[in-house]
Amino acid sequence: MNTAVDLLTSTSEWQDIAPLLSVRELNKFYAPGKGCGDINFDLYPGEVLGIVGESGSGKSTLLSCLSARLTPDSGNVIYNSEQFGEMDLYACEESMRRVLMRSEWGIVHQHARDGLRMNVSAGANIGERLMAVGERHYGDIRAKAEEWLTAVEIDTGRIDDRPSQFSGGMQQRLQIARNLVTHPKLIFMDEPTGGLDVSVQAKLLDLLRNLVSRLGLSVIIVTHDLAVARLLAHRLMVMRRGEVVETGLTDQVLDDPQHPYTQLLVSSILQN
Amino acid sequence: MTANQLIIDVSGVEKAFTLHNQGGASFGVLDNASLQVQAGECVVLHGQSGAGKSTFLKALYANYSVDGGEIHLRDGEQMVEITSALPRRIIALRRQTLGYVSQFLRVIPRVPTLEVVMQPLLDLGVDAALCEAKAKDLLQRLNVPERLWSLAPGTFSGGEQQRVNIARGFIVDYPILLLDEPTASLDAANRKVVVELIREAKARGAAIVGIFHDEDVREAVADRLVDIKAI
Amino acid sequence: MSTATGYNFAYLDEQSKRMIRRAILKGVAIPGYQVPFGGREMPLPHGWGTGGMQVTASVIGEADRLKVIDQGADDTTNAVSIRRFFAHTAGVETTEQTAEATLIQTRHRIPERPLQADQILIYQVPIPEPLRFIEPRESETRKMHALSEYGAMQVKLYEDVARFGHIATSYDYPVMVNNRYMMDPSPIPKFDNPKMRMMPALQLFGAGFEKRIYAVPPFTQVESLDFDDHPFEVQSWEEACAICGSDHSFLDEVITDDNGSKMFVCSDTDYCRERVEQGFVGTAADLPIAEVETKQ
Repeated sequence: MNTAVDLLTSTSEWQDIAPLLSVRELNKFYAPGKGCGDINFDLYPGEVLGIVGESGSGKSTLLSCLSARLTPDSGNVIYNSEQFGEMDLYACEESMRRVLMRSEWGIVHQHARDGLRMNVSAGANIGERLMAVGERHYGDIRAKAEEWLTAVEIDTGRIDDRPSQFSGGMQQRLQIARNLVTHPKLIFMDEPTGGLDVSVQAKLLDLLRNLVSRLGLSVIIVTHDLAVARLLAHRLMVMRRGEVVETGLTDQVLDDPQHPYTQLLVSSILQN
Repeated sequence: MTANQLIIDVSGVEKAFTLHNQGGASFGVLDNASLQVQAGECVVLHGQSGAGKSTFLKALYANYSVDGGEIHLRDGEQMVEITSALPRRIIALRRQTLGYVSQFLRVIPRVPTLEVVMQPLLDLGVDAALCEAKAKDLLQRLNVPERLWSLAPGTFSGGEQQRVNIARGFIVDYPILLLDEPTASLDAANRKVVVELIREAKARGAAIVGIFHDEDVREAVADRLVDIKAI
Repeated sequence: MSTATGYNFAYLDEQSKRMIRRAILKGVAIPGYQVPFGGREMPLPHGWGTGGMQVTASVIGEADRLKVIDQGADDTTNAVSIRRFFAHTAGVETTEQTAEATLIQTRHRIPERPLQADQILIYQVPIPEPLRFIEPRESETRKMHALSEYGAMQVKLYEDVARFGHIATSYDYPVMVNNRYMMDPSPIPKFDNPKMRMMPALQLFGAGFEKRIYAVPPFTQVESLDFDDHPFEVQSWEEACAICGSDHSFLDEVITDDNGSKMFVCSDTDYCRERVEQGFVGTAADLPIAEVETKQ
């Protein structure tokens, strides 16, 4: 399995790796200024892209369009799939998109209840994707579930507990495990630490950081928290009123912001 | 790499800062800056505070963008022009080729010191045991007491944090090293250690650009002194 | 329209029957797939077998002989009522004997006696959607069927094993039909599931309230869901039928007095009677079997 390092450094032929996700001229507006427009970028394997901006900037709309959950008004999202080859996301069959979402992709929602089945056990939550692709051995499914509970630092003794009995941070970690069980290549995250206590956030971020690097995941993470972006993302896109105002290396955007809005955003963080 | 091989090639770099939220105040810092550095060479930047030394160094690390000019850095056989390179190219460069030791330790607060130091070498896929051994060796040389190795450096003194920072900066044998006041909060004994580390780097052919305000360190490592205003 | 009774043959008008037959044909063409149909008002409330009755009304002909059972018995209120209904509105012969019937409408059991190719079994179905309890939205369950997304059902089975050590569903046990559609076999005990596989008779399912019809054509694969390491198992009893001594039919537990004494008897009354006629006896063979008038 490729680690992040392998993916980022394995070739010297920088033009030859195909992007994992290509976005061209993406537009989706509910009303003038509400939505996202003129979005263009490529995401490569192993990269973490942060989309930052304040409420109403369009970042969540953009994430939905990228993750095949919201049809854009115009533009393309092209994904390089292991199973299907190059896919124009909105030109292909819904069945293919749904298979993608269960196998090569993961989605971590801000609220765990949107990403988990709250009324079945943790083990069942993790095992569901496996069962969806035909895994039929109970013992094996359970063993895999235990493996992933350990990977996200949840006590395996809680495998039969329901997510409703977990703390917020544990629910998020369970969500992550549920997504990772099929070894996805691309994960979409929408404010994964939102609503959690600061210490819990920290733990979750550490976990994410480790998993992303160990598993060589590509991630698109939407957040309003610049500290989260700095910690996790290689690249940033700063959004305001639906447009990308600045983009580049994370530390460059945060340490040497060029656009007035980015400068405002950066200067607004309380320094510790 | 061969001696005298060109490692760093900077030409015509322009950099100005514009503070949009403070009335658009703008001030230029780098004006047509150029510099060439060869393998095994250590170039020390000097000049007044605020003259642009740090800015120049950060531009070399791609931490700052530039308004004009080019910066070429050698990565194996290739010369990479970093002002126009893709972010992932820069990240790859930073992992194995381009090292940077800043004035301040900037790490995730919860990670123990030993891990902080090991991480850059681990990221290159080097065996964990080897990473640990090298990290311990560096920490020992820099006089960071063993009892601190399992603690996160957030609560250490300034000098201790800086020495952890230096260990982390030197654990990988980077062909290019950028050093921004690495000895600022160190006593004489530890400054000596840093000098040793720099000399070792030079001996293996690394190209180094540094800012040191300690005269003794400068004397000990500099092959060339360059006035930031003059480049 | 029968001037004698005032009803059209088998109660429904001909156009309605055609519509239902079209739905049935679709169901037969796509085994296990739930076909929506324009459910008609029947002179019984929902929950009393109106779906099954609409199917029966559409396929019944003058030469048919109808049997109606409810939990295996011909003599319950429900069974008697429906049988009388068709006797009255269609004038067809009715019977209690599985061997003699051409159409069998059933609630919650499959007859013990293996069915033949010239018979049709019509099931009454309350909730046709096997995934309903996991996914309340119809729009979503339709997609799940269309895309064969059945992982959620396997999740339910997993939960059972995790909680109880075995799959706890004992009736209404989900099956895969023709390796393609997941189907709710109606609330028959899982004991009956194996009978559905490769049955020579046509099996039709009608859900009146939900307005769905589905079918399993003769000789179709029907597999009950399970895990490789927790395979599907049917119920078994230590006792045998007290009346006929059968050790292989589905048994009902009957409390015989106020002290809690009980005995076990075949749920399929006709099968039990048949065995007694053939000379089999059980431990309580001297107890009378109720006779029911089948014709007026």
